[in-house]
Amino acid sequence: MRKAHWIVGLMLSAGFAATPVAAAQTAVAVAANFTAPVEEIAAAFTAKTGDTIELSFGATGALYTQITQGAPFTVFLAADNKRPTTAVKEGFGVDGTVFTYAIGKSALYSPSLDVTDGKAVLEANGFAHLAIAEPTAAPYGAAAMEVLGKLGIADAVAPKIVTGENISQTLQFIDSANAELGFVALSQVVGKPASQVWIVPADLYTPILQDAVLLKTGENDAVAKAFVDFLQGEEAHAIIEKYGYQIAD
Amino acid sequence: MPDVLSARDIVEPVLLTLSLALIVTALLVVIATPLAWWLCRSKAPWKEAVAAVAALPLVLPPTVLGFYLLLAFGPFGPGGALAGLWGARTLAFSFEGLIVASLIYSLPFMVQPLRNAFEAFGNEPLEAAASLGASSWQTFLRIAVPLARPGYLTGAVLTFAHTVGEFGVVLMIGGNIPGKTRVLSVAIFNYVERGLWENAHILSAGMVIFAFVAITATMLIDRRIGQLSRS
Repeated sequence: MRKAHWIVGLMLSAGFAATPVAAAQTAVAVAANFTAPVEEIAAAFTAKTGDTIELSFGATGALYTQITQGAPFTVFLAADNKRPTTAVKEGFGVDGTVFTYAIGKSALYSPSLDVTDGKAVLEANGFAHLAIAEPTAAPYGAAAMEVLGKLGIADAVAPKIVTGENISQTLQFIDSANAELGFVALSQVVGKPASQVWIVPADLYTPILQDAVLLKTGENDAVAKAFVDFLQGEEAHAIIEKYGYQIAD
Repeated sequence: MPDVLSARDIVEPVLLTLSLALIVTALLVVIATPLAWWLCRSKAPWKEAVAAVAALPLVLPPTVLGFYLLLAFGPFGPGGALAGLWGARTLAFSFEGLIVASLIYSLPFMVQPLRNAFEAFGNEPLEAAASLGASSWQTFLRIAVPLARPGYLTGAVLTFAHTVGEFGVVLMIGGNIPGKTRVLSVAIFNYVERGLWENAHILSAGMVIFAFVAITATMLIDRRIGQLSRS
């Protein structure tokens, strides 16, 4: 017994030692497409303030459902400009804190096909599976459906569409080669060879305005508020643009 | 956006799920019988290792299975080669793929009850049959299988119920295609995600009732077997 106590004590002290004394942390819900940039932004934030951000990723719709049911998030970075406003309207967000943190771009991505001329590849329809994100829950999925509609091939490719639960899973379907190509967020495929990525022309879909909101649970949370400010600062903007997003004027 | 409840939203996933569970249960009866019989009769020292492999899906998180299956089903894996037989590129995103995945996922729920049932009646009935001149095939089909009937019942109910309740693996390899891979559990997940709670309520309440019936049935079978063996 005494030995067990000793071990538990050691584990506890190790755990405490790993936590800086003054640092606080807060939990932020982030739309899956923004995974890579927000990880970098959170790291920069921690480097600057010593406070840590705990990130949870998911489809915007799924995250919002969790927020309405008391999820412990203090800030919500959505992939659309609807849910944050809804959050304020339904009493989960703090009035006057909604802002557009990034404008996302849709990209057609394929590791196996040359999609330099993505439009031609789509119109040729010579593939078995086209992956998109669930259009009703993920804004990038809705954008993909809009692109297919504008190109006039929505009906032709409909039987070939497979939907990922969120944009990360959509990328997984493509990267595992189960689907030859698919619509993802440009941020996910930044740095891939040019022949694998077709940046969808902006006139084919409504700009994906990604809004953030401070949640009621974070109204008195200094770290949450500092993070929201940090997200609108130059350092964060540089990271966001590096990943292929635009910053709202 | 079709946010209104339609019969298709409810009926289609239900029918799809029921046919998946029926097919998987039937196939597993065929696959698990020789496996369970071998596990019961074999004297091979490594048979418990085989038993452990067959029981792995009980312990592994569905995400582990889903991840490996996603790779295995792709055009560079064995699943892709299998799918090539009927001209497809991948086994993912198809009803056939869900069947293969469910066979693996639900295997222990059939093997375990069958093995227990085979072991329960011991050697005597088999030796008696053999001494009366029955071949090993006849012994197996006419003595062992009928004696293991309770095991088949329990295994079938458990396998069926477990396949109906499958979620993580299907989510990872299914692609959520209506009428093909959008099974009940995935449909419910989507409805919750989209805020269509009315649909989610209908399907979820149905699942609760189904689970209750399945568990009650299993317990009644168990009790009846207990009573039979006492009398």
